[in-house]
Amino acid sequence: MFDQIDLTKLIFGRLTWEAIPYHEPILIATFAAVILGGIALLVALTYFRLWGYLWREWFTSIDHKKIGIMYIILALVMLLRGFADAIMMRIQQAWAFGDSAGYLPPDHYDQIFTAHGVIMIFFVAMPLVTGIMNYVVPLQIGARDVAFPFLNNFSFWMTTSGAVLVMVSLFIGEFAKTGWLAYPPLAGIDKSPGVGVDYYIWALQIAGVGTLLSGVNLLVTIVKMRAPGMTMMKMPVFTWTALCTNVLIVAAFPVLTAVLAMLTLDRYLGTNFFTEDLGGNAMMYINLIWIWGHPEVYILILPAFGVFSEIVSTYSGKRLFGYASMVYATVVITVLSYLVWLHHFFTMGSGASVNSFFGITTMIISIPTGAKVFNWLFTMYRGRIRFDVPMLWTVGFMVTFVIGGMTGVLLAVPPADFVLHNSLFLIAHFHNVIIGGVLFGMLAAITYWFPKAFGFKLDPFWGKVSFWFWLTGFYFAFMPLYVLGLMGVTRRMSQFDDPSLQIWFQVAAFGAVLIAIGIAAFLIQLVVSFMRRESLRDETGDPWDGRTLEWSTSSPPPAYNFAFTPRVHDLDAWWQMKQHGYKRPESGFLPIHMPKNTGAGIILAGISTVLGFALIWHMWLLAGVSFLGLLVVAIGHTFNYNRDYHIPVEEVERVEAERTRVLANHG
Amino acid sequence: MRGTLDYLQYSAMPILKLVRGLSLAAAVALLAGCDAVVMSPSGDVAAQQRDLIVWATVLMLLVIVPVIILTLLFAWRYRSSNKEATYKPDWDHSTVLELVIWGVPLLIIIALGAMTYVSTHKLDPYRPLDRIGPGQPVPEGVEPLVVEVVSLDWKWLFFYPEQGIATVNELAAPVDRPIRFKITSSSTMNSFFIPALAGQIYAMAGMETKLHGVINEEGIYDGFSANYSGAGFSHMRFKFHGMSDADFGEWVAKVAAEGDTLDRDVYRELEKPSEREPVHYYADVDPTLYDAILNLCVEPGTMCMKDMMMFGHGGHGGGNVGKDDGHEGHGDPAAGHGHEQHQ
Repeated sequence: MFDQIDLTKLIFGRLTWEAIPYHEPILIATFAAVILGGIALLVALTYFRLWGYLWREWFTSIDHKKIGIMYIILALVMLLRGFADAIMMRIQQAWAFGDSAGYLPPDHYDQIFTAHGVIMIFFVAMPLVTGIMNYVVPLQIGARDVAFPFLNNFSFWMTTSGAVLVMVSLFIGEFAKTGWLAYPPLAGIDKSPGVGVDYYIWALQIAGVGTLLSGVNLLVTIVKMRAPGMTMMKMPVFTWTALCTNVLIVAAFPVLTAVLAMLTLDRYLGTNFFTEDLGGNAMMYINLIWIWGHPEVYILILPAFGVFSEIVSTYSGKRLFGYASMVYATVVITVLSYLVWLHHFFTMGSGASVNSFFGITTMIISIPTGAKVFNWLFTMYRGRIRFDVPMLWTVGFMVTFVIGGMTGVLLAVPPADFVLHNSLFLIAHFHNVIIGGVLFGMLAAITYWFPKAFGFKLDPFWGKVSFWFWLTGFYFAFMPLYVLGLMGVTRRMSQFDDPSLQIWFQVAAFGAVLIAIGIAAFLIQLVVSFMRRESLRDETGDPWDGRTLEWSTSSPPPAYNFAFTPRVHDLDAWWQMKQHGYKRPESGFLPIHMPKNTGAGIILAGISTVLGFALIWHMWLLAGVSFLGLLVVAIGHTFNYNRDYHIPVEEVERVEAERTRVLANHG
Repeated sequence: MRGTLDYLQYSAMPILKLVRGLSLAAAVALLAGCDAVVMSPSGDVAAQQRDLIVWATVLMLLVIVPVIILTLLFAWRYRSSNKEATYKPDWDHSTVLELVIWGVPLLIIIALGAMTYVSTHKLDPYRPLDRIGPGQPVPEGVEPLVVEVVSLDWKWLFFYPEQGIATVNELAAPVDRPIRFKITSSSTMNSFFIPALAGQIYAMAGMETKLHGVINEEGIYDGFSANYSGAGFSHMRFKFHGMSDADFGEWVAKVAAEGDTLDRDVYRELEKPSEREPVHYYADVDPTLYDAILNLCVEPGTMCMKDMMMFGHGGHGGGNVGKDDGHEGHGDPAAGHGHEQHQ
């Protein structure tokens, strides 16, 4: 019996040397660069003895501020990868006309557009949004941390684990060639027998655990941990949007988990949920994944709306116009986002009554969204607008986003969708709202809250360079796609016959180059700002004359955020405190109860990565061992009773006295 | 109240700009009309869809253009260096304005929603055509041309049941005669789309979707799959020929004369994945083949889905199989109506 077991198969599963893409020069060059860069980084970290510092101060940290920053670093790293994919597609499409096949064979090109979509949504936009919420929400509501600090660290590392698996697929095996939502039957085992779809499934499942738990965490934080006096209708708008987003996360992500689990069963155990016959039906997959997928886009955009609300009010030096209608608009969008998913597949053959129902519900969302735009507009009206970089992003957003909103409503008209569905018009539309909305919002948020996080502002010159290149780059890259869509060009094509289309693709490629410069300028901005940090220093903790509580504490805030929990009397709590001549307490401090760092999160996520890898490659032995390891560490962690500590009162006094001294010198 | 008056004062200028914006949009639409097939189609259904796009856009520009203009205007007027401008740091509410803010989008969406409801029903791809052009009802006694479409990896197979012929990667139809497409797939999901003729509809294995259209001008048009289906997807294209009645008759005769046999064995060979498949004609076509493809029982010894559903008494999959035309013709995939006999 035992000689029947193939030991090599048991240990290595499907993994052989064939899985390394030697034959792809682009991948080998990238691989070499990553390996060399990785080695250089490891050597540098060892040489400067940073391992201990990173482990103690960052990797094991349960401080929501540090976790927020790590989320954003993850997102920026993945943005470079996702953008590299984007520019490769733009070059291919500008090149592959007539007899020319371009430089990417379909096998490679199809992986690129799939990876681009997956990375940009799950590992750029989501970590940006989660990172900003993690950093800002506890500060805005006057809390010292989130409700479940360990869970927060664990969530971050699970998201990172998913990102690691996607990156590994670049060099070992392949990624999915199915498009970013992996529709069956194409994603089924018959049509995609390789490891690509399995990388997709396990990367998203592992990252999904992180997203769901972080959603629960922030939801509880906002509901339970607001400072006294901060009733629901005195919550800052950003916190409101964060609340709604996390409600959406908690309600929507389990659907994604379930649908991917069913696809996994189809692929691994031969069940027939989404096969063509034996009772299966791929339409069920499409239905379910969009029940997650549509709320997902509101998960991304709502926090961006919140960011713009904060920024427009701060830089206009004015109370936000129509706070209550802003809140109601956010809540209405949250509810409606569950009633529109079918507009992603009007062309699947549902009847006119069903299609028109979902078309009209989709349009109705534009009413609260439109109300929001007007609210920002009338916040600017009779303000004193300072055009710092975050405000530039906001105006750029308002002008750009309404165009994307308009094309979105157009796509919601079913008969119009029949000719525009899956076309480059659609691609232009959702980049219009995701770049013009989510990305502009998150870049604005980073610039806005950067001085809070690091104690110095970002250099405005390079910020403006980045903004203008992003803005013009966006128009150059995506307006041609609207035109191409009207010319009947469909998405995901790697070669074209009609030479008259080429010029439009070339303009789009030029736009992508402008965006590349915008990204480069953003990175230069980080370096330049770091070099000039002394002259950009924010000593007051309130560099923009802010209105909400995060600006009442120092920049960067102490580990405990607030020495005393603030009392809230107004929507713009900090603005009101300033108006009433608020005096910082300088004595009477108490020891502060804080959670303690732990390595359990990163260890669990590390083992999950191994488990995912083992499942992808059918390495059943390793899968079993790592699953056991996961259980042991998780149970072991529950016996860790050493979870909290008190910051002694002397330490609090020392930190606060230092702040008093800095403020006095500044004043 | 003064805020509102001021607002009205400012909005006079935007209205002029709005008119300019609209005429600009019209110009763009005309310009695009030169080579953008979606904006200048040759079939009545696609033309109605185009009109809908234009009207919906114009309707939305009524609010989009003023918003863009006001954004730039306010950004300029209330810049912090302009000390002339009024500054009201605590002004954050105006009931009149709030009503306008919610009311204007609401009115536009009511109008657009009504348009959507009517047009979605009128242009339902499952609904048989009642006209072949503006003011041109379908003439008495003209029956639609039936074409059965199968998407294969990565080519298109068209059956003409009345003519007894079939083609690969070439489609033809006489002008001004309604066409009724019945669409399915051998395995992968595709989307059947001829932008000049009418909107698209998915092609899915084990299910049948329907599409009605009419071509009004002679010409050669592009058709393709609009839903990504794997490596050969980029070349999954065909030409659609709009022909006069006489030319169509000749074309059918040519296919019948030159065509090969298409039986289950030939089909099983054809079904294997291939790219850039040349045009192929078939004359001697197995009349039960399309039905067998639709019911996933081309392979000898496999049970057809419709029989399986009869057997299982209202099965759970493939609800669109074998539904008749008309308003009731939409399958709810989970409802298990699929056991009705295929026509």
